[in-house]
Amino acid sequence: MLVAMWVIITVAFLVLRMAGGDPVRAALGATADASVVQARREQLGLNDPLILQYFDYLAGLFRGDLGASIITGRSVTELVSYRLPATLELAGIAFVVVLLVAVPVGLAIAIITQGNGRRGAETVFTGVTGFIAAIPEYLLGVVLVIVFAITLHAFPVAGRTGPASYVLPVIALSVSAAASISRIARIEALNTLKDDYMRTARSKRLPAWMVYFRHALPNMLTATLTIGGTLLGTMIAGSVLVEQVFNWPGLGMAFVGAITTKDYGIVQGLALVYAAIILVVNLLVDLVLSLLDRRTSLLETS
Amino acid sequence: MTTRRSGLLRQPMAIIAVCMLGVLVLLAVLAPVLWGEEAVAANPDAIALPPSAEHLLGTDKLGRDILLRTLVAARLSLVMAVAATLMGVCAGLVLGALPAVLGARAQRWFASVVSTWLAFPVLLVAMLTVILLGPGATTAVVALALTMTPSFARLAQTLSSRVGGSEYLAAARMLGVSRRRQFTRYVLPNIAEPVIVNVTTSIGGGLLALSSLSFLGVGVQPPDFDWGRLLSEGFGQVYNSPVAAIGPGVAVVFAGLAFSMLGESLAAQLRNREHRKALPPRRLGPAPVAEVPAQTPSTTGAENAETVVPLLEVEGLSVSFPGPDGWIRPVQDVSFRIAPGEIVGVVGESGSGKSVTMMSVARLAPAGAAVTARRLRFDGEDLTGLTPAEGGKVLGTRVGVVFQDSLTALNPALRVGTQLAEIPRVHGGAGRRQAHERAVRALDDVRIPDAAQRAQQFPHEFSGGMRQRALIAMSQIGSPSLIIADEPTTALDVTVQRRVLALLRRECAESGAAAIVVSHDVAVLAELCQRILVMYAGRIVEDVDIALLATPERLAHPYTRALAASLPDLDTDRTKPLVTIPGEPPDLSRPITGCAFAARCAFATDRCRTETPVLAPHRHGGRVACRHPQDAVAPDTAPEEVGA
Amino acid sequence: MAELVIEDLVVTFGHRHRAFNAVDGVSLTVPHGTIVGLVGESGSGKSTVARTVAGLQRATSGRITLDGDDLLRTRGVDRRRRARDVQMIFQDPYSSLNPRMTVGETIEEALATHGDLDAKQRAASVRELLDLVRLKPAVADQYPSQMSGGMRQRVAIARCLAVRPRLIVADEITSALDASVQGAVLNLIRDLQRELELSMIFITHNLAAVRYIADTTAVMSRGRVVEHGDAEEIVANPRQPYTRALVSAIPRIENAGTDHLLRFADTDGLR
Repeated sequence: MLVAMWVIITVAFLVLRMAGGDPVRAALGATADASVVQARREQLGLNDPLILQYFDYLAGLFRGDLGASIITGRSVTELVSYRLPATLELAGIAFVVVLLVAVPVGLAIAIITQGNGRRGAETVFTGVTGFIAAIPEYLLGVVLVIVFAITLHAFPVAGRTGPASYVLPVIALSVSAAASISRIARIEALNTLKDDYMRTARSKRLPAWMVYFRHALPNMLTATLTIGGTLLGTMIAGSVLVEQVFNWPGLGMAFVGAITTKDYGIVQGLALVYAAIILVVNLLVDLVLSLLDRRTSLLETS
Repeated sequence: MTTRRSGLLRQPMAIIAVCMLGVLVLLAVLAPVLWGEEAVAANPDAIALPPSAEHLLGTDKLGRDILLRTLVAARLSLVMAVAATLMGVCAGLVLGALPAVLGARAQRWFASVVSTWLAFPVLLVAMLTVILLGPGATTAVVALALTMTPSFARLAQTLSSRVGGSEYLAAARMLGVSRRRQFTRYVLPNIAEPVIVNVTTSIGGGLLALSSLSFLGVGVQPPDFDWGRLLSEGFGQVYNSPVAAIGPGVAVVFAGLAFSMLGESLAAQLRNREHRKALPPRRLGPAPVAEVPAQTPSTTGAENAETVVPLLEVEGLSVSFPGPDGWIRPVQDVSFRIAPGEIVGVVGESGSGKSVTMMSVARLAPAGAAVTARRLRFDGEDLTGLTPAEGGKVLGTRVGVVFQDSLTALNPALRVGTQLAEIPRVHGGAGRRQAHERAVRALDDVRIPDAAQRAQQFPHEFSGGMRQRALIAMSQIGSPSLIIADEPTTALDVTVQRRVLALLRRECAESGAAAIVVSHDVAVLAELCQRILVMYAGRIVEDVDIALLATPERLAHPYTRALAASLPDLDTDRTKPLVTIPGEPPDLSRPITGCAFAARCAFATDRCRTETPVLAPHRHGGRVACRHPQDAVAPDTAPEEVGA
Repeated sequence: MAELVIEDLVVTFGHRHRAFNAVDGVSLTVPHGTIVGLVGESGSGKSTVARTVAGLQRATSGRITLDGDDLLRTRGVDRRRRARDVQMIFQDPYSSLNPRMTVGETIEEALATHGDLDAKQRAASVRELLDLVRLKPAVADQYPSQMSGGMRQRVAIARCLAVRPRLIVADEITSALDASVQGAVLNLIRDLQRELELSMIFITHNLAAVRYIADTTAVMSRGRVVEHGDAEEIVANPRQPYTRALVSAIPRIENAGTDHLLRFADTDGLR
């Protein structure tokens, strides 16, 4: 984990130093005066020896300094502090929606289709989820904007203005993930239903809800999360696209904007933030999983 | 190879996917040739036109036809996705599968590289690649390949670690087979199919990812264009002409769907080949029912006419599963009775149907099984014709079940005490605390030390013998009048087995419950039971008092006699070869005519091979299904009625 | 065939405070042309001894020699030469054969790796080997998935014999088989051993099987050999309490219909 973070930090560092020859020249444009470029380079410390820059940069990171924009000179830390909540809200809500929809749907379909019964339901389920999963987030976003915002005026077209403005972005972000997670959930649920302890539960003649929710759900949930563990990371990455479509004032917008304007100072800082978020999220998922599934935790410690 | 392809093309989904892919390939080949120039030529007279008959999807800001551009873009989009996926899978296979033959240290090292790489957010890797190499089509492909590599490597790793840990690879290593051959003949063939499925699906995913990059403006750069680029351009004029964005969008979804459907059907095809898919029930027709025997050998005959009402009465029980060529019948026409307090053993080889029979009696047959019976009564109540759920409700806690593998039979996510307490809680109406106390008492009863603390633990914290005792406690907690134990000691060491058997015997002696104990080991049943049912190929062939096992010459069925004689015990004559049963148990997926044991039986006649013998009362006090019972025959003279 | 000598073998699993000796100072000799049985319960270390002798597990300390050749010092030893020293037959015939190779290919591969027979001679050899393990020549074209467990175990035996190893390690080779097939495999091993004068370590948890097939038996418990002696004698007159407990726990058909178990429950304090 730490190794991954270090690699990202270093790559991000190199981005600002190497990209497109002189990134400052690239950012300020070919027409900018040489002295202006030189001054900006001096301000950013780009004229120091590379190794010195590297340690300065690391020291800065420990102080919470993520660097600054090449173009405006504004601090990236400041940018993150007011952009990050929007992104986390969007991805977090979508994550919860996905789990709430996908896991019960997967379990329900598994119960219906277990033991070779209802072949039709299985075909319809695979077909529909396969189709939905093939729609990329941004495309769904575009369609949603066209249908619900432009044509029906039911929701705001763009921006983060109130509860209603969350609906379309969350849907765009969660629908295809929900489809693929529900497929994973169904397969895991089918495996769980075949497990011996499920037969034990049935042998106790417990009511059906108890058999499914108490005995099957926890086990299929851990299995589903193990496979879909990168889901939250995927949501955060997917939010970059969705933010673009809905003009959502999150990190993604800033990130893409910085790339197109070649402001590699911001790119470097935001890349780090994204990497850190996703690594932390993965770590948390692993932690939760090891708490939930005592068998894996036991195996890892032994 | 040809059979696989024809099998694949029998699936409707595969046919659709192949057709869709055909269209895409045709477009990729022909569209740039036919409309390539038209699609890039600016037309100042037709700037940003809405859809019309001439321009079905309208035109863009430079007056170019969007439909044509979408069609022409197919080539670049597809080539990029395929190239990136192939690069990714090759790198992934090297990283993931090669270590399997290189030894444990290499495996660990590669595994940590892959998991670090996997931790990198996909989009981030792509973006950083773009920044370092500058945006463009080649960069996008490299970036995508880089993000795909670790997931392919992980897949190859998981699959090949199964091969790497397998005994057949260990055997190959021990034989001195070269590493290269190990990789090409052992690892690759055994992981190839899932990898191919994954590659197919990944091309679809790659297509979407590439279009996302282009949509963000960091993928393909003008004047080149792929679907993502077109989509982003279309989105720019979404207010004037929504259709401009829809066209390329449909193309992306169409292609993504085609690949994922193909992958899906390939995967389904693989699953089918491993376990050939059973026919759907409606094509199988009604489940087979045990035919009523012609002369109806009265089960209420002299020997069986006990004054005691049987606790369990099973007549004509059949269990069938849907199979690829029709019903598979692991249990056929099984009839038996259990008296209150009686301990009955059921012995048979794997596939004899012994476990399926008893699980069906307990209404716990696996989903999909069709269970039919002429008569099924438990404790005076008729269960014939009830669904498993209804039957289970009637049985309630009066039937307790002890399962074979105690590790998998207990729920790993729940505390042992909780799992026991459920029964008094649900059935006995006990409160939470009361139920818990009952659970602790039950654990204490089976001599689990520190029962109160143990109840708080999870199954994996128990030893094998202790888990098995916890399972016995669980089967006891509802005070059942019948215990069904399915191979209760199979996974245990002999000393632990002895204690579990003694416990089971004592529980029955103290509670007065009857028990059915299923095992493949005659000796285990000999010590535990009073009567034994011998099953072979889905039928009971002999039902006999256990005491007769000690004197095999009094057993009637040739199979039972051979079974009792064939296992070496501590008095076997070491100078002679062991008595064996020639041949192998029959394949139950094919219908058997006549006596299933005839092929392995020294006494079989032509009639045995054509007519199924009926289980009928026999002079030894039990029942036997054989035309040539051996108990009356003097050991050294050949039976006269048996042809040579 | 050859004489195997194991001296003070120790195999340690785990690290530092979690370390424990799965094999804890085992010494054992397998003389020319004999079968030594190794019995014990799960976790006794018997399979670890087998895997270490077969070279699948690293020894922590001790010596294993075959006619004086050190088997643990394998560095620089040709892979193929080593293969001719020791071969192992595994417990589960369902997983010890490559599902993607026919029986003929599997045996032929073993032949091709050792010795310089041409294709025709190899094909003849495959037929001979199949005949040796009482299988029909037609089996050569089948895949393992088309065969029963007993047949697969015979193929595994044939593959092992193809190399003509100096020592064979048989690890629980009958325990995955059905009762009616086990006896036939035991008979086969016994016949082959006599015909070919094999030296063999026969590992099992089944005392009756080991008594029948082995010349001498070593009883293992917690990584140590607690008793080693004549196979018949060790069962008839066990000297160590552990061996006695093991022998007395074996269920016997002679006890059929008695209250044997209830008496045991009484003495064991279960009642």
